[in-house]
Amino acid sequence: MTVSSLQAPPHPLSDLLPKEVGVRQAADGHTELEVDRGQLFEVLRTLKESPATSCNLLLDVCAVDYPEREARFDVVYHLTGLESGQRFRVKVAVPEADPVLPTAYGIWKAADWFEREAYDLMGIRFDGHPNLRRILTHDAFQGHALRKDYDPGQRWMLTEAETMAPSWAKEALEDEDQFETQVLNLGPQHPATHGTLRTIVRLDGEVITKAECEIGYLHRCFEKMSETHGWNQVIPYTDRLNYCSSHINGAGFALAVERMLGVEAPPRAQAVHVILSELSRIMDHAVCLGALLVDVGALTNFWYFFQTREEIYTLIEKCSGGRLTLSYARIGGLAHDVPADFEERVRYLLGHIPKFIDDVETLITTNKIFRDRTEGVGAISAEEAIAWGWTGPCLRACGVPYDVRKARPYHGYDQYTFEVPVASSGDCYARYLVRIEEMRQSLRIVEQALKSLPKGPVITDNHHVALPPKQKVFTEMEALIWHFKLIYEGIKVPAGDAYSCVEGANGELGYYIVADGSGRPYRVKVRPPCFAIFQAFPHMLEGHLVADFIAIQSSLNIIAGELDR
Amino acid sequence: MWVEVLVIGIKLAVVLAALLTTVPIMVWVERRASALMQDRLGPNRVGPFGLFQPVVDAVKLITKEDLIPRDVSRFLFILAPVVALTVALSTFIAVPFGSDTGLELFGHAVRGFIVAPDLNIGVLYIFAIASLAVYATVLAGWASNNKYSLYGGIRASAQTISYELAMTISVVGVLMASSSLHLHQVVEAQTGTWLGVLPRWNVCTQLLGAITFMVAAFAETNRIPFDLPEAEAELVSGYLTEYSSMKYAAFFMGEYVHMTVASALMTVLFFGGWTLPWIDLAFAGWIGGLLSIGIFCAKVAFFLFFFVWVRWTLPRFRFDQLMALGWKVMIPLSVLNFLWVGFAIAAGIM
Repeated sequence: MTVSSLQAPPHPLSDLLPKEVGVRQAADGHTELEVDRGQLFEVLRTLKESPATSCNLLLDVCAVDYPEREARFDVVYHLTGLESGQRFRVKVAVPEADPVLPTAYGIWKAADWFEREAYDLMGIRFDGHPNLRRILTHDAFQGHALRKDYDPGQRWMLTEAETMAPSWAKEALEDEDQFETQVLNLGPQHPATHGTLRTIVRLDGEVITKAECEIGYLHRCFEKMSETHGWNQVIPYTDRLNYCSSHINGAGFALAVERMLGVEAPPRAQAVHVILSELSRIMDHAVCLGALLVDVGALTNFWYFFQTREEIYTLIEKCSGGRLTLSYARIGGLAHDVPADFEERVRYLLGHIPKFIDDVETLITTNKIFRDRTEGVGAISAEEAIAWGWTGPCLRACGVPYDVRKARPYHGYDQYTFEVPVASSGDCYARYLVRIEEMRQSLRIVEQALKSLPKGPVITDNHHVALPPKQKVFTEMEALIWHFKLIYEGIKVPAGDAYSCVEGANGELGYYIVADGSGRPYRVKVRPPCFAIFQAFPHMLEGHLVADFIAIQSSLNIIAGELDR
Repeated sequence: MWVEVLVIGIKLAVVLAALLTTVPIMVWVERRASALMQDRLGPNRVGPFGLFQPVVDAVKLITKEDLIPRDVSRFLFILAPVVALTVALSTFIAVPFGSDTGLELFGHAVRGFIVAPDLNIGVLYIFAIASLAVYATVLAGWASNNKYSLYGGIRASAQTISYELAMTISVVGVLMASSSLHLHQVVEAQTGTWLGVLPRWNVCTQLLGAITFMVAAFAETNRIPFDLPEAEAELVSGYLTEYSSMKYAAFFMGEYVHMTVASALMTVLFFGGWTLPWIDLAFAGWIGGLLSIGIFCAKVAFFLFFFVWVRWTLPRFRFDQLMALGWKVMIPLSVLNFLWVGFAIAAGIM
């Protein structure tokens, strides 16, 4: 399969779609369609099946609440065609009295959890959805947290009597030989569920016959909190999304807002973003592979990888003062310049990291036991992976070379030479190989970015966005006024909406942002890559053994902070 | 009569003390060696080189609250760790750990450094007792009334039974070569050279048997890559999940004693016991006896380290792969070894 970079749709969409559909070219490169809900299913199916658009990847489904409007909610679908490179945003208005839409699950399986989330947090019901239950909050939760009129001060208790086991888990079943099958609860407290993931499986012997995941143990409704904070104040929250590679999240959010403002970070800030993002990607892959190897019993490699991680954290600490949650990005650039010995430290890392990767490769890559444990385990075809909305290393392990850094370059990624590693088998071993190679490619990018690291400021001089330097505030009237206005009113992002994405460590990390012209976001929706990946997990498990469960789960790199938000 | 009992009593006390001392030493070795392999320091605060760390660990385990969950089968739950440790310890009485140098103690012949010198079914006894060890894991898994424990127990029983077959068949070759079940004679049969060049150790004459025995020993001791009954990542801790305090420690000690016994058997059966290659030492008197014990212990120590080394290098098998390896590879290989020994004896080259 080939993957194209961003293309505007050259085809006259009006031929394909019903006449009433409003088509508009949005500034963020999306073709925006406004659809009546009666035509939604038809439009979505046309977008997927028509060869002119062929939107095979459903990226995100979310809802936006406009309480003053007659049709109160907008449900927003983000689609892309991997081959055509086109991007679409489909909006459909839904009234409060009857918030029902047809499900898109029949078109893309990816709609499964995204629609459940829209149901859970906004109260939109999807007709025909196979399992429309709450997903991020629990069954005893009342109301829908992301609605503007929801009072966040309320507390809902889940008692033990109503624990969220799926109904099938309560039945006693027998297999063909009249042996009783067992229901086993894995997590949220289990050595292999890094973070707080819970999966309930039915076992026949050690073979999994049915599985269901329950998530939301780390849900803190980050999106709701964003609505009450200034634009820059959201960045610390983004650190807690994928906390193994926090910088990518912050830089991605800043980029999304910068694009809405029409501001660009200075070249030096962009290069530092690239260096820190790629080092974060290495850390993230190191954590993922380290954990995968621990779970299959090879503990030693974990330390090899964590040594790498530790050294990268030392650099990050020198830059930002923080380690795990660094909050170093700002809208318009960086909080402050990197330390004087930054280049020296990065060069040290470039010399040291390959050693650790090589050590692990020597121990593991050709190890018979490891290959037996991972080859053919958790295999998924490219079509299936795309249907479930996969992106990132897990999708590349199925042979689809889709990478946001190539498809929609940002931060100057188009200036750097690097490969997008792909594997073909789509199993745990392929995911391992892709991640190992991506670490090496990330090092290549860091090396190039370091070589061409420009001098200059690290934050934009547009004082609608960035505070003027403190020295000027004390000495110049104008700077003082800018400072005052920014602190009191915040950044005024022009009203409108935009979707912007970066290549997170797990795949496409998208931010769909709605602004109303005030100093705060009206709505922030994160497209977490592992949310889409994890929804396929229970379906991948059937027929596998308990031991495969942990290998598959670890190889997918599910980060609860990003999954649950 | 009383002297005889006294001599055996002394031997028993020495062996028991030695075995139980191996446990803390091995814990220290395990932790320090793994740290060395993993590019970190390991415990180095308590005493010189952290040597007193196992003592502190033991104190911690003893003083911890001993929890028995409400719904366990109490009697079996308590019995399981007892079985684990007793079985592990009692196998050692048939293992010789030094040469018989004709020593006398209190006017009574010591009759070799072995607790039970008259046991002429040594190998048989060891395997009979060692196979009881599976009861400990199965009982623990069953009595814990926990699904993870139960899966651990089931895995343990299937694994132990499968690998015991391979282990026993691989030993048959050794018994044929030395035509005795008595381990003293097994060692004596391994002196001298084979084909003029190689030491007459069984590892040289029947390499296949040595390999299958070693793999099976790893499986019997539930160590990585065969630690599936515990499999921390998947089964939490398998049959150990509900155990705490000294009951947990008993299993833990049982595992290390098992390792020691397996290493000792490896040494005796395949690596010539206390003999050295190409050097014909005539052990005599106390000095000779102690020397032979020293050589024996050095070999055992090497194998113990080998256990540690493997644990921190390899990943873990999956259960079906483990069983496939046991039935489809190990048993045919050990049968092949047994056929080879028969052929070699018939052809007069062994």
